Amino acid sequence: MSILVNKNTRLIVQGITGREGMFHAEQMIAYGTNVVGGVTPGKGGQWAAGVPVFDSVRDAVRATEANTSIIYVPAAFSADAILEAVDAGIKLVICITEGVPTLDMVKVRAYVDQTDARLIGPNCPGLITPGEAKVGIMPGHIHIPGNVGVVSRSGTLTYEVVAALSARGIGQSTAVGIGGDPIIGSTFVDILGLFQDDPETEQVVMIGEIGGTDEEDAARFIRDYMSKPVTGFIAGQTAPPGRRMGHAGAIISGGKGTAAEKVAALEAVGVRMAKQPTDIAELVAANIGR
Amino acid sequence: MNLHEYQSKRVFAQYGIPIPRGEVANSPAEAREIAAKLGGKVVVKSQVLVGGRGKAGGIKLAVDKDDAEEKAKAILGMTIKGLTVTKVLVDEAADIKDEIYLGLVIDRAQRRVIMMGSSEGGVDIEEVAANTPEKIIKVAIDPCIGFRSYQATDLATALGIPKDLSRSFAQIASGLYNAFVGSDASLAEINPLVVTGDGKLLAVDGKMSVDDNALYRQKGLSDLRDPSEEDPYEVEARRFGLSYVKLDGTIGCMVNGAGLSMATMDMIKLYGGEPANFLDIGGGATAERVAAALRIILSDTNVTGVLINIFGGITRCDEVARGVVQALDEVGVTVPMVVRLVGTNEEEGRAILADAKMETASTLAEAASKAVAVSR
Repeated sequence: MSILVNKNTRLIVQGITGREGMFHAEQMIAYGTNVVGGVTPGKGGQWAAGVPVFDSVRDAVRATEANTSIIYVPAAFSADAILEAVDAGIKLVICITEGVPTLDMVKVRAYVDQTDARLIGPNCPGLITPGEAKVGIMPGHIHIPGNVGVVSRSGTLTYEVVAALSARGIGQSTAVGIGGDPIIGSTFVDILGLFQDDPETEQVVMIGEIGGTDEEDAARFIRDYMSKPVTGFIAGQTAPPGRRMGHAGAIISGGKGTAAEKVAALEAVGVRMAKQPTDIAELVAANIGR
Repeated sequence: MNLHEYQSKRVFAQYGIPIPRGEVANSPAEAREIAAKLGGKVVVKSQVLVGGRGKAGGIKLAVDKDDAEEKAKAILGMTIKGLTVTKVLVDEAADIKDEIYLGLVIDRAQRRVIMMGSSEGGVDIEEVAANTPEKIIKVAIDPCIGFRSYQATDLATALGIPKDLSRSFAQIASGLYNAFVGSDASLAEINPLVVTGDGKLLAVDGKMSVDDNALYRQKGLSDLRDPSEEDPYEVEARRFGLSYVKLDGTIGCMVNGAGLSMATMDMIKLYGGEPANFLDIGGGATAERVAAALRIILSDTNVTGVLINIFGGITRCDEVARGVVQALDEVGVTVPMVVRLVGTNEEEGRAILADAKMETASTLAEAASKAVAVSR
């Protein structure tokens, strides 16, 4: 078992004929993900990365019974792409695109919340259930199947941590990159809840960063609902206030959203916080007596 | 992107918000002319993108045109928090009876645009929020429904706005919301919104920040960007699609990914050093982009060592290595460098750098500690 994606995932790629979409569709197929089609308006009837292309998500769902969609369209069209997927009945939508205007996401999130669809991202690396399905842009080979759930606001920092886990022979149930934007489809709390309910996940690693209060919300959730051990890390201890550190959501504003506050909130509920990312694998290993 | 006061107020005026008569001057003579045209008392206000202009002496009242010229002479050229004043706004002085705060932000936790009002206008709102949070009234706005007139009425009542001004207040509040949404803002505030002696509302000072990710559809606003007011290295970085933030330390960092960049800075600090910058080369960086990144890092004269930390996924280590070599050919590097390349094409990348006489590291901890050691 795992969360969100697995062998039963039937994936379509929105923006499959674009440079990024095509490259990653091929990579996902090579990993073994069940990619059943792609969508590019006006290019229906063509083939790309060895799968059929459709004009709309609705056409793609009708023809392929897709249940998951991954979005690689440019930021200006991402809000539309997400809404189109949700309206076509897709239950899990992953938006990789970086640079979606925040006010677009305010509307999109309000709309998605009224449906039973789940959105991951935007501005995220996607998610992977090792050995079953890679729905994202992460390097697949660094992951191995196992029982540690990983949830993170970052991309490459997560690869760093996952690679260190795998090097110790510690596998992952699912690794989810929730994205670095101020408004995202699924937060730490959403994903922690799924890991708590997943029988194969024995413990969780969460990697946060400065900005917002999602880590503080996660701390309350862990205190009230989680029995599985959680190991954490917060990036941005040296980030100055008022400056955006790459991610649109990584900014300390009005003195709020500092790494120190987040570390304190998580430590207070029993999360073991790593001082440096390299310590995470060690703390996780200690939990299973390795 | 932050807008100047005069730019923000012009946007507000387009949405029907009353602002004082006034114009921008680049010289004391221009300030005099504007003051003469306006007649009466004026306020001469420095236009720099920092808070605390008043405290720094960057806002002065002038009684007539001669005085306005004097005051402009004093303010133009002064430095406020590191920024030199090149423009002043000369506004008609308002007869202030009362001061209100009215602002809009995006609340991340509620995922809504929030209107905030306070009867404590004219002061730093963050101080009000910290000391007397009960004095800030908040209204969450549904993105699909928009700002409604009953919400304006509720807010006017809570703020104690005189009854005869409540219609005018509602127009200003909904105008501010429309300006916010229409400009893809992340912040829009009127502080203070003044109740004048003759019983009118006037937006005396204003501030706006626009979402950088939405500038592609805000042509009119993005044209207002003035690179001369920004750190030249940050302007250069943006040209190459790099995220760069200059800091005060001595170890230059080049990393792929924002989270890993922050973590790398944290590691440098943990090992006793200070990062000179945040720099994310982004995913799939080309050799050209990497070379630009290294040039920018090395143009900071505080830098005594450089740490390159790449975890290749879509970014290829050989491409990064080529960029580093290209930059080394262009600018003679005199500071020691530590390189860590892991992931896609790491062997090829290391081979390319083999002749460049750099320290290498296999783990992040090793890279950070070596960078701290060599930059001493």
